[in-house]
Amino acid sequence: MDFLDLFSHGFIQRALVTGCFIAVLCSVLGTFLVLRRLSLIGDGLAHVTFGGVAVGLLFGAYPFYMAIPIVMASALGILKLIDKARLYGDAAIGIVSSLGIAGGILIASAAGGFNIDLFSYLFGNILAISRVEVWTSVLLCFCLIVVIALYYHELLAITFDEESAKASGIKTTRINRILVLLTALTVVLAMKVVGIMLVSALLIIPPVTALQFARGFKTTIIISCLTGIVAVMAGVTISFVLDLPAGASIVIVSFGIFLVSFLGARLRIKGISRR
Amino acid sequence: MQITDVIATDRLGFRFNSSEIVSDVTFALKRGEFLGIVGPNGSGKTTLIRLLLGLLKPTDGSVTLFGQSAALFNEWQKIGYLPQKMATFNPHFPATVREVVGMGLLARKTFPRRTSRGDRESIDAALALMDINSIEGKLIGELSGGQQQRTLIAKALVAGPELLILDEPTTALDPEGRERFFATLKNINTDKAVTIIMITHDIGTIGQHASKLLYLDKNLIFYGGFDDFCLSEDMTDYFGEHSQHLICHRHEAEGPGIR
Repeated sequence: MDFLDLFSHGFIQRALVTGCFIAVLCSVLGTFLVLRRLSLIGDGLAHVTFGGVAVGLLFGAYPFYMAIPIVMASALGILKLIDKARLYGDAAIGIVSSLGIAGGILIASAAGGFNIDLFSYLFGNILAISRVEVWTSVLLCFCLIVVIALYYHELLAITFDEESAKASGIKTTRINRILVLLTALTVVLAMKVVGIMLVSALLIIPPVTALQFARGFKTTIIISCLTGIVAVMAGVTISFVLDLPAGASIVIVSFGIFLVSFLGARLRIKGISRR
Repeated sequence: MQITDVIATDRLGFRFNSSEIVSDVTFALKRGEFLGIVGPNGSGKTTLIRLLLGLLKPTDGSVTLFGQSAALFNEWQKIGYLPQKMATFNPHFPATVREVVGMGLLARKTFPRRTSRGDRESIDAALALMDINSIEGKLIGELSGGQQQRTLIAKALVAGPELLILDEPTTALDPEGRERFFATLKNINTDKAVTIIMITHDIGTIGQHASKLLYLDKNLIFYGGFDDFCLSEDMTDYFGEHSQHLICHRHEAEGPGIR
């Protein structure tokens, strides 16, 4: 089979289109989260998604739609815990995350019978994505990217220095809410690509790869997006050719790109210091 | 408060967990005045600044900004703020000097905030004022402490504020950088009539530049012009050897007095 024939398959096209849109969304949002030291919020909310999916499967509702309000409410819950209970961000994320996964396990155990369905959400199955899911994901991704673009300057300012941003009249509480709600929606969307267990990789690895070569904030976001797109395209291709799980392949490719960029950046720094 | 006051406080106080952090602070500044805030560590200086900026809600008293209650004030482009650098600044942040300075323009924009040609000109002017145009493309983390501080000052100045609030701005600067910083500040204060509030431990230098002094030790201990300043005995621990500098800059012939 010619290599290019691979891309004539409808399911591969759907996987690549959806995967690339979600990779761009995760990469942009992940850059803000990583720099605000909130990287693990993706992981925490993904665990809550597990609970949301279990609720959906229990009631026979489409898990994707059931997970959205639950994960959004949990994202706001994390902010409330940080603000009102004066917890550190990682502790608040830990509480909500473990609550989500415990709830999911209890529901799955009580209901029984949907373990196979749950497995596909845990590890993702982008190659099985339907036409409707493609359009839903692409449309949602586009809307979320537009929202990020509209609030770009506010997000940048509070990421750099929240106190100064607040002193210049930016409603930091509102922007923080927007950031975590965007993250919640992104996590639910990314669930189809890499699965609940690996979703935080899409939010973290492309931005940290870009940070190795950062020459400015906008260029960091652009490199992060390119890394995410390359990881999705290569991961989906490898997964199809070698018959491997797509989500795990995407994550391993992302890590490979990070490793190469990290070593490249080290060599560059050594080269500069020797001169 | 008179209508000409840029900023005024009335018996301002802040308590946290029943302990008094700031208490009974009353002062007023007009256009072009320069207030130096001094006091020992933990005396509530930074808390006072945060109250002035609306970052904390006072538990007692009030703050008025440009004739308006701080709670209702929304013309934040009129105020430039430089926080204590080390407390808030991530040195690995991947933003260029130009991007950092541009963040200072946010207050004068409405949603959705977009960069205009006028903004680019303002950024160029702030870069030139702080003499950092040659490093505008460098990442903030790659700069020396002095260059980083000048970048953050340019960020505070870029929107053309009428009130500039600085929290220990000279800590990262070497003596030459400090001299250059005060020269720039003098230019902003006298030529552009920008009102300045500055927290500092640099008691020797503040005496040369400020028109008023506020000495804080939870309570307001002294507020007024240097002509009225007399060192009381409970201030000598803090001012110590610097009392000479502080007073001599203003009363060269008289020297310090202890009341």
